[in-house]
Amino acid sequence: MTDPTPQFRLWLTAAALLVVFPLLAPAFWVTQIASQSFILGTIALSLVLLAGYGGMVSLAQLAVAGVAGYFAAYFGVHSGASLGIPLPWGLTILVGLAAGIIFGTLVGLIAVRCQGIYMIMITLAMAVGLFYLARQNLGFFNAYNGFHGIKAPVVLGLDMRQPLPFYYLCLVCAGGLYAFVVYLGRTPFGLALQGVRDDARRMRTLGFDVERIRVMAFALAGFIAAVGGLLRLWYGGSISPGSINAGASITILIIAILGGMAKPIGAFAGALLFVLIQNFAIDFIDRERFNTMIGLILLAIILFLPNGAVGLAESIRERFRVASGPADRQPESGATPEVRPKP
Amino acid sequence: MDVKFFLTVVLNSLTLAALYFIVAAGFTLVFGLMRVLNLAHGAVYLLGAYVGFEVMQATESWLLAAAGGAVAAALFGVFMHVAILSWMPGQELRQTLATIAVSLIAADLMIANWGGLSYQIEVPDLLFGSLPLPGLGRYPIFRLTLIGIAIAIGVLLWLLLNRTKLGMMIRAGVDDRDMLAAMGKNVPLVFIAVAGLGGLLAGLGGVVGGSALAIAPGEDARVLLSSLVVVIVGGMGSVVGAAMGALLVGFAEQFGLAYTPTYGVVYTFLIMVAVLAVRPRGLFGAAT
Repeated sequence: MTDPTPQFRLWLTAAALLVVFPLLAPAFWVTQIASQSFILGTIALSLVLLAGYGGMVSLAQLAVAGVAGYFAAYFGVHSGASLGIPLPWGLTILVGLAAGIIFGTLVGLIAVRCQGIYMIMITLAMAVGLFYLARQNLGFFNAYNGFHGIKAPVVLGLDMRQPLPFYYLCLVCAGGLYAFVVYLGRTPFGLALQGVRDDARRMRTLGFDVERIRVMAFALAGFIAAVGGLLRLWYGGSISPGSINAGASITILIIAILGGMAKPIGAFAGALLFVLIQNFAIDFIDRERFNTMIGLILLAIILFLPNGAVGLAESIRERFRVASGPADRQPESGATPEVRPKP
Repeated sequence: MDVKFFLTVVLNSLTLAALYFIVAAGFTLVFGLMRVLNLAHGAVYLLGAYVGFEVMQATESWLLAAAGGAVAAALFGVFMHVAILSWMPGQELRQTLATIAVSLIAADLMIANWGGLSYQIEVPDLLFGSLPLPGLGRYPIFRLTLIGIAIAIGVLLWLLLNRTKLGMMIRAGVDDRDMLAAMGKNVPLVFIAVAGLGGLLAGLGGVVGGSALAIAPGEDARVLLSSLVVVIVGGMGSVVGAAMGALLVGFAEQFGLAYTPTYGVVYTFLIMVAVLAVRPRGLFGAAT
């Protein structure tokens, strides 16, 4: 925050690189790695918003994305003709987003009654409950089969299911939501949410409606997760109970832990790492044992790097900065001494 | 209403509740004392079931299988506590995340070792077959035994907690850990004992569940879910609460399944939500 210009320049460079990237990279990298990272990162971003700003770890964010996906599938075009009400694509998207926001808010209304690990427990129970409901229920969720053959819409002649337009769609959604979350952290609401995270009792004494702030955070996170859910639906072209099971819910948590939950960028850093590991781990180990490896990596990060990859990058940068001497930065900050980061 | 069907559903509910109680009792004890939300509890259950199955194959003795499964699960519980969780005391969130990592690894390694097939532990001859019961025809003897096992475990747990020195220390630890340590008691040792006890109960649940139902990948998530709901409803840390929660969840699940097949799981969650709305700490949870 002390010198915004280099930071701004960094963001501009990153944005330019991301725009040019698909024109140069092979198709595999554009779709399998980049688009997928944006999608998973967006869903993880909703968790990072809750956990980083609000101190609330929810394991139901993938379920929220799943609800948005199921509604968009039911009220959209898919290959199973017997079930569902196909609407024009604009309405399909609206229904999906609305369903995600409503379900996310409902999860929040229940979950905010508890704190800390109780909240993890309740949100996990709700996520797994939704999985069993989807698997049992034939009338809406189409039980085991789910929905298949779902395609992204064609907007103004632009076919969103082509790799390149889809990449830019993911980039715009992920980038926009990321900017929104960063901006949110500086708004009065975002500051109040962080205040609730640090000391809920004091905020209550100051006259803030703590429960309402928490539920609103869940509603916003629901919107973000719903966008991620729709992208994920179009990416895979199908949705079934398997895509919202406990393992998938925990994947989102793993991504947030890999990247670190302290900053919004952690969601995308974690998603990129996860997707890279997922795609390239088979070169080193048996594909079947992916979960063992990701579990070991997760355990190592929990034990040794509580702030994830972003935290690691920051501590390396900080050490580098200290080593090169803070003298060159001294004049800019004027009389105030260099602010040391919290350990 | 079909009385025979109704009575069968009642017995199914009771047997399911019995299984849930055995598993959830360990879960709630560990949480009550150590404040550790052990999300690997389902994996410990499954490990106990698989080990029980192997012992059964080797020795053909159900009692040895039960002992083997329970002891293996207890050792795993102690290992997890000593090797991982005790390195981050008091950091509840980090511990919970670590148990998730452990459950991922354990579930994957169990698939590697036992594959995706479904197994069942053979029931001893004495308890094999079914018993004619008035009003509902025949019912599997082992499932009836299951209710007896759960009651026996409940009584033993009650005796352990209320009539022994260890139980006294556990109860004191649940109420106030720091004070127990200040009294000169070896709290870390009590923690290890409870971690082992939690694993023991999960493993025993695994063998019993593996005999009455089936052992397969995915059972760990199902068991974890039911344990979660049982202790949320009953109140964390309370064994009586676990019993009540198990009964409520067992009945809700079986009656839901029997009378409205495609919405069976919804009732479980309606109960959970209702309890949370009225009493967030659960029916028998202590005030924090």
